[in-house]
Amino acid sequence: MDLTTILIQLLNSVQYGLLLFLISSGLTLVFGIMGVINLAHGAMYMIGAYLAYAFVEWSGSFSVALLLGIPVMLVVGIIIERFLIDHLYKKDHLFQVLLTFGLILILNDLQSLIWGNDTHGVPIPEVLSGSITLTDTMQYPVYRLTVSAICLVLALGMYWVIQKTRLGMTIRAGASNREMVEALGINVRTLFTIIFAAGVALAGLGGMISAPLSSVYPGMGDSVLIICLVVVVIGGIGSIKGAFWGAMLIGLVSTFGPILIPSLASVMVYLVMAIVLLVKPRGLFA
Amino acid sequence: MKHTLNYKLFSRMFRQIAFVGVAATMVSGAALAEDDVKLGLMLPYTGTYAALGEAITNGIELAIEENGGKLGGRSVNLMRLDSEAKPGKAPQNMNRLVNGEGADVIIGPVHSGVAMGMIKIARQEGAITIIPNAGLNAATRQFCAPNIFRTSFSAWQTAYPMGKMAYDRGYRKIATIAWNYSFGKESLEAFEEGFKAAGGEIVKQFLTPFPKVEFQAYLTEIASLKPDAVFAFYAGGGAVKFVKDYDAAGIKNAIPLLGSGFMTDGTLDAQGPAAEGVMTTLHYAASLDNPKNKSFQKAYQDTYGKAADIYAVQGYDAGQMLVQALDAVKGNTSDKDALIKALAAVKIDSPRGPWHFSKAHNPVQNMYLREVKNGHNVVVQVAAEAVDDPATGCVMAQ
Repeated sequence: MDLTTILIQLLNSVQYGLLLFLISSGLTLVFGIMGVINLAHGAMYMIGAYLAYAFVEWSGSFSVALLLGIPVMLVVGIIIERFLIDHLYKKDHLFQVLLTFGLILILNDLQSLIWGNDTHGVPIPEVLSGSITLTDTMQYPVYRLTVSAICLVLALGMYWVIQKTRLGMTIRAGASNREMVEALGINVRTLFTIIFAAGVALAGLGGMISAPLSSVYPGMGDSVLIICLVVVVIGGIGSIKGAFWGAMLIGLVSTFGPILIPSLASVMVYLVMAIVLLVKPRGLFA
Repeated sequence: MKHTLNYKLFSRMFRQIAFVGVAATMVSGAALAEDDVKLGLMLPYTGTYAALGEAITNGIELAIEENGGKLGGRSVNLMRLDSEAKPGKAPQNMNRLVNGEGADVIIGPVHSGVAMGMIKIARQEGAITIIPNAGLNAATRQFCAPNIFRTSFSAWQTAYPMGKMAYDRGYRKIATIAWNYSFGKESLEAFEEGFKAAGGEIVKQFLTPFPKVEFQAYLTEIASLKPDAVFAFYAGGGAVKFVKDYDAAGIKNAIPLLGSGFMTDGTLDAQGPAAEGVMTTLHYAASLDNPKNKSFQKAYQDTYGKAADIYAVQGYDAGQMLVQALDAVKGNTSDKDALIKALAAVKIDSPRGPWHFSKAHNPVQNMYLREVKNGHNVVVQVAAEAVDDPATGCVMAQ
């Protein structure tokens, strides 16, 4: 590997890591603060991608699709939290796992009923369709870089909200001592609804902006869920900072790993997870 | 205490659900006539391969419908079982269709991993099984059996002929890439065998984790290797992503993309302009110019409202072969040996061109070289005529 290739691969790692962070941050946020394991997180990613496909087909514009898609995802999150998750806060995790697993099956079937089983593609928005020439055989699509920029902005935004705002302060307080926050007169129920809806919207947004890069197909959320769980576990369950560095680590490992040691390509990510857990059983930042 | 109560409630609910389920099964069971021909479809109806399961089922239904909805004069009961494309569930599902439901013929699966599980049970139980897709070589090689038929292809058939085609186009050094599972590996091996036999050289082989669709790292490697061309196998959502990524990375202009035909079949709409110029080999192209294909495409479009793909053709041919064989035995499915003989002897007038079974029960068929032009797979030439899988290790082929 020459230097140029290494640099391009580093760019690939960061770009993939940022996208992974965007998708897993919602999962870790919901678990860390609400103590809810949302297995349907991957399904939310899938819904986001399908919404992007449907709205782009209908309106012809990707920005319109984003503007319509994000509120829809927020509403989906609010409905699920208010009507389903709300009944399970005081119960064992097993019930949440059963419920959200059931949601995966229902949402997959709904997707099949509404959009059918064909594989679809979402065109890259016209303004971002160019590419930057890196070497004589390799170019880098502008859209990929834009996605990275969006993820980075969102990561900084989340950091700012959680560390610097009143809402963030309440969220941090709620995560460490729920009863005390309630005793201080803060409406934890509303807080939870906001967080859950935000988590769902983050997963959905991940699906929407990766739709033009990827393809939209049945069951696309399942593999995303697994890699998100890996990121969250490595980073330390509930830690946004952990999700960020976990995602970066997985980005690096799944870019360089398969090239350097091809025979371990399929297990590399899990191997890294196992090593991290051996050294730090609660994850990097828990 | 609280937990005990919760679990009690839960188990009561569970029992109620189970009761409704059993009642529903009994109702649907009562509607069955005794003398229906029972076809057990073990195909993916959910997940990544759901579209393939649907297309195959449509094809089977269309062939039976064209025969007045009957097989050998008997009406037909299609029993669908979702294989979920999960290899682990294959033996259990197969057992359920063969022993539980008493299916006369099993049709499935799509996924080669599931096929391994099915074949094991099919060989044990002697159940007549028609494979309408799964292309793992072993099904009609070391694991071939009189009761196992395949209406689709072997991995070898769809990739070997591309070797010579690539060499003829002036490519001498090629890198290959595919998902790391049996069918992906077999496709690459067959291509490499064909390409080396023609005189070419394989620069590097990449096997990427299945079913992951993150290719950027591999594309960067390919760009730095600078081979004359790349041969790839991906299907479904993976094929869409790979072809789009390959184009977006700007490699396609310098390094042409070749592939197994599945990479551009049923996926072209989603791939859009990224697929233009990609060359593939397959045993079918929707644009094939023969009367049977035209009438089939029209009937399929009229019935299901979309164009038929390769999977629909393979399902349709499974239906056609049942129509012929059951007519030959006058609808008698109880004499299995006679039925197997009739199935092995069928001559199919298929939309892909005429074909018949080899001794190993794999189709002997033409392979076409296709190029994507304006969003369609256009046939460039016949890559190889009447291709027969080597059937290495199949006792029936000796």
